[in-house]
Amino acid sequence: MKIIINGKEYDTKSGQSILNVLQENKINVPALCFHPDLCVKANCRLCLVEIEGRDGLYTSCSTKAEENMVILTESASVVRARKTNLELIFAQHREQCKDCIYRFNCELLRLAKKYEVKIDKFVDRKTDFPVYKFGNTIKFDSSKCIDCGNCIEACHKQTVNYLEKREQNHIFEVLPTKDPTKNCTFCGQCLVHCAVGAIEAIGEFEDIEKPLLKKNMGKKVVFMIAPSIRTTIGEEFGMPVGSIVTGKLVSSIKKLGADYVLDVNVGADFTTTEEAKELVEKIKNKEGVCLSSCCPAWVRFVECNYPEFKKNIATTRPPHIIMGGLVKSFFADKIGVKPEDIITVSVMPCTAKKYEITREEYLIPSAGSGQVRPVDFVLTTREIAYLLHKHKIDLSKMEDMDFDNMMGEASGAGDIYGVSGGVLEAAMRNAKEDIKGPIKATFVAGLGEARKILEELKKDPSKYDAVEVMACEGGCIGGGGQSVPTNKEIRALRAAGLRKIDEGKTVKRPKDNPIVKEIYECLLKDEETIKKYCHANN
Amino acid sequence: MVNIIELLEKAGLKGRGGAGFPTSDKWQTVLNTKSDMKYIVVNGAEGEPGVAKDHFILKNYLETVVEGVKIGLKTIDNSRGYIYLKKEYLAEFGDKLSELIKGLPVELFEKKGGYLSGEETTLCNVIEGRSKEPRVKPPYPCTVGIHGCPTLVNNVETWYHIAKISKGEYKKSRFYTISGEAKNPGVYEMDENCSIDKILKDTDNYPNFDFFVQSGGGMAGEILLSNELKEQGPSASSGQGAIVIYNKDHTDGKELIESWVDFFYAENCDKCTPCREGIYRIREMFRSKKFDQQTLNDIFFVLEKTSLCSLGKAIAVPIKSYYKKIGL
Repeated sequence: MKIIINGKEYDTKSGQSILNVLQENKINVPALCFHPDLCVKANCRLCLVEIEGRDGLYTSCSTKAEENMVILTESASVVRARKTNLELIFAQHREQCKDCIYRFNCELLRLAKKYEVKIDKFVDRKTDFPVYKFGNTIKFDSSKCIDCGNCIEACHKQTVNYLEKREQNHIFEVLPTKDPTKNCTFCGQCLVHCAVGAIEAIGEFEDIEKPLLKKNMGKKVVFMIAPSIRTTIGEEFGMPVGSIVTGKLVSSIKKLGADYVLDVNVGADFTTTEEAKELVEKIKNKEGVCLSSCCPAWVRFVECNYPEFKKNIATTRPPHIIMGGLVKSFFADKIGVKPEDIITVSVMPCTAKKYEITREEYLIPSAGSGQVRPVDFVLTTREIAYLLHKHKIDLSKMEDMDFDNMMGEASGAGDIYGVSGGVLEAAMRNAKEDIKGPIKATFVAGLGEARKILEELKKDPSKYDAVEVMACEGGCIGGGGQSVPTNKEIRALRAAGLRKIDEGKTVKRPKDNPIVKEIYECLLKDEETIKKYCHANN
Repeated sequence: MVNIIELLEKAGLKGRGGAGFPTSDKWQTVLNTKSDMKYIVVNGAEGEPGVAKDHFILKNYLETVVEGVKIGLKTIDNSRGYIYLKKEYLAEFGDKLSELIKGLPVELFEKKGGYLSGEETTLCNVIEGRSKEPRVKPPYPCTVGIHGCPTLVNNVETWYHIAKISKGEYKKSRFYTISGEAKNPGVYEMDENCSIDKILKDTDNYPNFDFFVQSGGGMAGEILLSNELKEQGPSASSGQGAIVIYNKDHTDGKELIESWVDFFYAENCDKCTPCREGIYRIREMFRSKKFDQQTLNDIFFVLEKTSLCSLGKAIAVPIKSYYKKIGL
C-alpha cells in the first residue's frame, strides 16, 4: 500500500496508524501522550497531520493510514495548531528545568525551539499546585503535569490503581487516590512513562551527595552495583542502548570518591543459594507455592492486595540487602574497619528499593545491642548518572576498572537477575540436582500479569511450585529507576546485554563459586547466622 | 416483514441528538457488524440548557418511544437495550417505563455526569462504569460500543420518529424547544424544514422588540439575527432544535459569553489539550477582560480543528457568531 507524505511516496502495511508510518520512516512529528507501552489516547493533540480532501486536522496516532492518502505533517494549519497547543501545554507546565529527569533530552523544549513557541505566553495555571509524595520513594509535582494520563495508564496496567483522574474546581487532575485500599507499590512505572518529568524519585536531585559527604566524617563509603545498571547507564551518556559499561561504571564511581565499589551480583549468589534451598524445602514439605522476594514493589503488592499469600513469599533477602549485611560484617573484618564506620550505597534500577532498605525485617545485628540497616542509601540509575554529570565525569570516556575483589567475583547467575525470568533461572541452576521430578515454575513481569497468577493460585493452589515476579515490564532493566525513555525495544537491548555478560562467565552458578563457599565457611556457619544475614527476620 | 432500514432511508431520517447523522446508516452498520451481543440505546441524557424536547416526548409519547425500541430489538440481532436517562427523567418516567418494557431485554440506566455524558462514546464509557470521557473515534459505537459490542445509540426523539415511520405516520416533523424571552415558551412539533421565522410566528413567539436567537442548542448553538431567520432547511433545524430568544438591547454580550464559557469549562472532560487549556484561557480572558484577538483566534482555531470530540469544537460556534454578528 502506498501513501504520500509531504510529497514523497512511502510503502506501508495496511492497518498501521499514520504515526506508526511516520516514525518508521523517521519523519518527526511530536507525540507527547503517545507511548509504545500504552494505549493510544490521542489527547495531547500535537501529532496532527492534514489529510488531503478531508476537513480539519487529524491526530496521526489515532488515524489509520489508507491507500493513496496524501498527508502533510508541517502545513501552515498544522504548524499553527501545533504551536498553539504547545503554548497551551506550556501554560500548565511549570518549567523547572535544572532538576528534571529530562534535562538533557527534553522533548518540550526541543519543540518550543522548533515551533518558535513563547513558553511563557500564558501565566502557568498550576504554579501553586502541590507536590505529592508516595512513601519515601517517589514524588509527583503536579505543577509540571500536562494531564496526558500516561502515569495513570501505567499505574492501572499494573492494576495498582493508585493514580486517578479527579475533578477539583471544575478541572480534572491527575491525583493519588483517596481510597485507602489502593496502595502505591513504589514501582515507578508512572515515573518512567511521564512525558514531561513531573514525577521523580524523592531526593533524586537533592540527596545524591549525602552518601559521599559521609566520607568527610571519617566513614568508608562502599558502593554496590545492581546487575542491570551495567547495561543501562550508558544511555545517560549518549552510548548505544544495551552497551555493557561495567568497567567504566566502576572507575566513574571510584572517581566520585567511593572507597570501594562492589558487585551486588555477589550478594545475588547468596540470594540464589538461599532461595534455591527454600524452594527445595517448600516442595519437599508441600508448603505450597514459593513466591520470589527480590522485587520490593511485588512484595508490597502482595502485602497490600493478597495478604493471604504473604506466607508464600520466600524469606530470602534480596541481593543488595544480603550484600550490605556481608559488607558490614565479613568485608568490614577483611578491611579492618568497624561496621559502624561503613556507609553502604546501593545503585539500583528501582524506586521501590528506597523503601525496601527501610524494612525492619532486613535489619542486621550491630556491634552493640541494637540492629542496623544493611544498606544506608539507594541511588537509582538516573541519580548516579546525575551525580556523575554534576562532577563532570563522562562515563563513556572512562577507562575500565574491575570491582574491588575482596568479596570475590560473582557467578553468571547474578547477572541475569536484572531480566524477567533471571531469578528463577538462577535458582534452578543451583537447585537442579536437589529437585526430584519436574516442578511447575513460571515467571511474569508486570503487576497486572502477577495479579492473574495470584488469581489462578487462589483457584488452584497447586498450580505452581515456584513463581518469580518482577513488577516492571522486562524485569529490572525496565525498572522505575532506569533511564528514560523506556520501551519494548530498549528493554530488549538492555536485557540482551545482561545475557551476554552471563554468557561470558565460566562460573554459572553460586554452587560453583569459591567466594560463596568461603563466606559460608567463615561467616554463615550455622542456621542462626544464615537467618540473620540472609532471611527476613519476622 | 417490511424492512425498517429501507423505510428510515426513504424517510431521510437524521439523528435528533445534534449531530444529524443519517439514522438508516447507523442501523445498517450495527446490523452488518457480526457479534454475539449487540446493544441498542435510547439516549435521554438531554444535558444542554435550552433543550427540553426529550422530556416533552417522554411525557407525552412514552409508548411510541418504547415501540421504537421494540422495532430495534426485532431488527438488530442478539440485541439488548438500555434506556439511558438523566436522573430527573428517570425519577419522573421510571415507573411507567418499567411497566412498558416488562419482559423485554431492556434496562433503565441512570446517566452519570453532565452534558458530555450524552455524547455517544462517553455514554458507552458511563454504561461500562469507566471515566466519563469520550473515546477516540473511529471506531464508532456502531461497530465497537458498549463492552466492545456493536451499539446503536439513538436519541429519544429519533426513536419516536422511528416508531412513527414504521407505522407510516411520519410527517417529517421535529420538536423545537422555544425559550428565552418568549411569550409562549415550550416544545412544538413542526415541519423539520420550517424556517425559524415561521416557527416563531406560528407559535406566537415572534418578539415585538429587537432580538437575536441562539439556534440549535442553548449553549453550543449559533447566533442568528432577526433578518437571518427566513432561511429554510438545515440551518434552522440544526442541532437539537433549540431556539433561545434574546432581547438585543437588554443582553449583556460579555455576560452571555461568560455563561457559555462557564458551562463548557464545567462540563468538558479535560482530556484533550485544546479543550481543557483553551477553554481555561478563554474564560480567563473574559473574566479579566483582557483580550488578545490573535490569541483568541488561535485558541478557537485549535478548538475547532483539533479537539477530540464535538464539545471542544462546539464552543467556538456561539462565541464566534456572536462576535461576528453583534460584537462586544
